[in-house]
Amino acid sequence: MEILTADFFLSALTGGLLIGLTAPLIGIFLVLRRLSMIGDTLAHVTIAGVALGLLINIYPIGVGLAFAVAASFAIEKLRKAYKGYAELSIAIIMSGGVALASLFFTLGMGYNTDVNSYLFGSIYTLDQVDLYVVGAITVIVIVAISLLFKEFFLLTFEEDAASVSGLPVKFLNMLITVLTALVISTAIKIVGALLVSALLTIPAATSLLLARSFKQSVVFSVVISEIAVVVGLVIAGIWNLAPGATIVLFLIAMLILTIIGKRGLSA
Amino acid sequence: MKPQVSISKEYCHDNIIEMDHVSFAYQDQKVITDFSFVVKERDFVGVIGSNGAGKTTLMRMMVGLLPPSSGEIRLFGQPIRRFRDWERVGYVPQKNSFNPLFPATVREVVLSGLYSNKKMFRRIGAAEQQKCDDALEVMKISDLAGKKIGQLSGGQQQRVFLARAMINHPDLLVLDEPTVGIDAQTQADFFELICHLHAHHQMTFLMVSHDLDFIHGYMGFEPKGCCGAIDLYVRHSHDPECAIPDLSHSIL
Repeated sequence: MEILTADFFLSALTGGLLIGLTAPLIGIFLVLRRLSMIGDTLAHVTIAGVALGLLINIYPIGVGLAFAVAASFAIEKLRKAYKGYAELSIAIIMSGGVALASLFFTLGMGYNTDVNSYLFGSIYTLDQVDLYVVGAITVIVIVAISLLFKEFFLLTFEEDAASVSGLPVKFLNMLITVLTALVISTAIKIVGALLVSALLTIPAATSLLLARSFKQSVVFSVVISEIAVVVGLVIAGIWNLAPGATIVLFLIAMLILTIIGKRGLSA
Repeated sequence: MKPQVSISKEYCHDNIIEMDHVSFAYQDQKVITDFSFVVKERDFVGVIGSNGAGKTTLMRMMVGLLPPSSGEIRLFGQPIRRFRDWERVGYVPQKNSFNPLFPATVREVVLSGLYSNKKMFRRIGAAEQQKCDDALEVMKISDLAGKKIGQLSGGQQQRVFLARAMINHPDLLVLDEPTVGIDAQTQADFFELICHLHAHHQMTFLMVSHDLDFIHGYMGFEPKGCCGAIDLYVRHSHDPECAIPDLSHSIL
């Protein structure tokens, strides 16, 4: 049990709680716009950036973040070129990211352990700088979402109506994608690139089953994700399991219980 | 049909929408070619045409959702690109334009009619909630305020979207096939309501519709404008303003 009061565990808990707040906050908008897969795509592109960062010896998360932001611009551009095929632009950028990542991996043989920590997460190795970066991004996301909550609601519910109301739809779309890139590039240190989209989508998926209004669905998804982060980290700490995987599996367990509970109630 | 209308038309009302030699091409295919048309204040414009004729394109250009390939469009006298008074335009989308599983309540949807470029960063307060209550009351959907939008019938959803469009008391109301998928009685009620709004309130209407009976019944058989396979029918109103500015009397 002493692991639960160790410094590295408390850092992990802090980082996890911050990401557990921002990821579903962005995720609910992505899920409702049917862009769930964007999380995976940006995560893969971020890994390419991380690999380059390790290769040229620059703060990997920083390079990953730059890659993710660039990719989010590219997705928006492609989304316009292929209107009605939102997932096509996502698939193209995703394969581009994986290709770049494997290119950089093979260029710099010998840092395989570090790469693993970004693919599968290494929440126990969060250092002071990582926590500051996660903290700053949490503040940015919360300020942006709370200032523009109603505009994002209308944009997500009905883009045309947002346009006819004179809202700067292009800017808002861009902002959501950039915020997504920010959240993902920091979240990969916590749960790993391969599991990042779980934190974006599963809390939203669960809250959609329970919520009776849009506000409720946002609140529920944050609560669900925070519960999963705390319980997942504690379980992983006590039984010495992989923390990212434990959080994600606990999220899925909550989703399944919610589905069963709802069936039970309506039957 | 109404000769006094055409005589007085030149000076009686301002131009709301002006389309000046507008063309639109989708990739290489010309959808609309050199089309000019003026919608005056208190006109009711019905747009009819077969599928693929470009009705929706035309309407989307008129509300700024699509830029024309050439020509100019003015809204309330201003070039549409510089137009900023979007709260003067109410918009009722096609029924299938939103995700029916979206977790929004009727109140959340109706309130969203207030979210315009001028309301960015502003909080929604008691005054806005009051406007929402009024709009719900007018459309007789107050009892549905807490329901999710996806749980409602087609006719109820349509009232919600009309309430959202009316919450700002717009000068121009744009309706894109508002009665698709709605039963005959609900359609009739709906048309009666918007006809009253047109006849007695200071509003201009632009409606894309498949409902030939309603268009011919209210706007006659002579199209005032024509754009390829699209016909535009117009009825102008000179009926006196309603004595009661509150809209709640207008519902049956």
